[in-house]
Amino acid sequence: MRSRSSISSEEVELNAPQSMSSDSWTVAGRTFTSRLIVGTGKYKSLEENAAAVEASGAEIVTVAVRRVNISDPSQPMLTDFIDPKKVTYLPNTAGCFTADDAIRTLRLAREAGGWNLVKLEVLGEAKTLYPDMRETLKATEVLVKEGFEPMVYCVDDPIAAKQLEEAGAVAIMPLGAPIGSGLGIQNRVTIRLIVEGAGVPVLVDAGVGTASDAAQAMELGCDGVLMNTAIAEAKDPVLMARAMKAAVESGRLAYLAGRMQKRRYADPSSPLAGLI
Amino acid sequence: MTGGLSIAAMLGELGLDPKKVAVERNLEIVPRGTLADVEVAEGDAFEIVHFVGGG
Repeated sequence: MRSRSSISSEEVELNAPQSMSSDSWTVAGRTFTSRLIVGTGKYKSLEENAAAVEASGAEIVTVAVRRVNISDPSQPMLTDFIDPKKVTYLPNTAGCFTADDAIRTLRLAREAGGWNLVKLEVLGEAKTLYPDMRETLKATEVLVKEGFEPMVYCVDDPIAAKQLEEAGAVAIMPLGAPIGSGLGIQNRVTIRLIVEGAGVPVLVDAGVGTASDAAQAMELGCDGVLMNTAIAEAKDPVLMARAMKAAVESGRLAYLAGRMQKRRYADPSSPLAGLI
Repeated sequence: MTGGLSIAAMLGELGLDPKKVAVERNLEIVPRGTLADVEVAEGDAFEIVHFVGGG
């Protein structure tokens, strides 16, 4: 576990990759190059969905677990368009409002997919889709006991994040704003506090609306960003997927580069010496 | 349901590929390796799920 309680300029220099391809991140022992995770909901078609995933460069996609339609078993399936052998499927518990429902869903997901890396979210109410942290913590504890490796959606609260990590969450995924809202990161201070306190990867999950929001999450030092609606509901989802890929990469590079200090007044870029 | 039908056979009759679904029988997961061995009994309640697009 690495501590990120303070980031010195030397540390940033040490972390700086020679090229983007060497800048990877690791969750529960699995290493990924792309820091963008995308959802697979709300697309007009499975073809468009697959094209957007391709354009995003994402190596992980979130998926939902739902009843099969036994009246039409021949309808096209997600797995026919996005190959689980090439892209890591991250089963999510979206739509679960209790720890028990989420645990049950993930037990089924593990049986369907055969892996332990999952995304847990336990929602508190339909209006805001804010996470219910009491149920989320309870579910995390049970899932970890059962051998799951849960990446956990949570409020942007550094204390709750720490509690989840102590319970065995393999990644902390605070919201930037409510799911599907596209409002962007509402509280940069708490996201940064979570990043500084965490010993596991931190990914902003939910609330991203456009490319600058994703870049901002990365500039705050997050290990990655998860989004669905920002891409799926763009007028051109495939183009937005490309934009998000570039934003996550540039935000990451800017974080590693270490931004200049802000000043209250101007500071000329041209030398004053030799001025005629 | 009549006796003697395995869960794997039931999935086949429904046109489902057992490799792409997960089955819960009376709130208990049925491990994929045992789908051909477990027989469907009168009154059993099943959940059959798969992965779909989601956020």
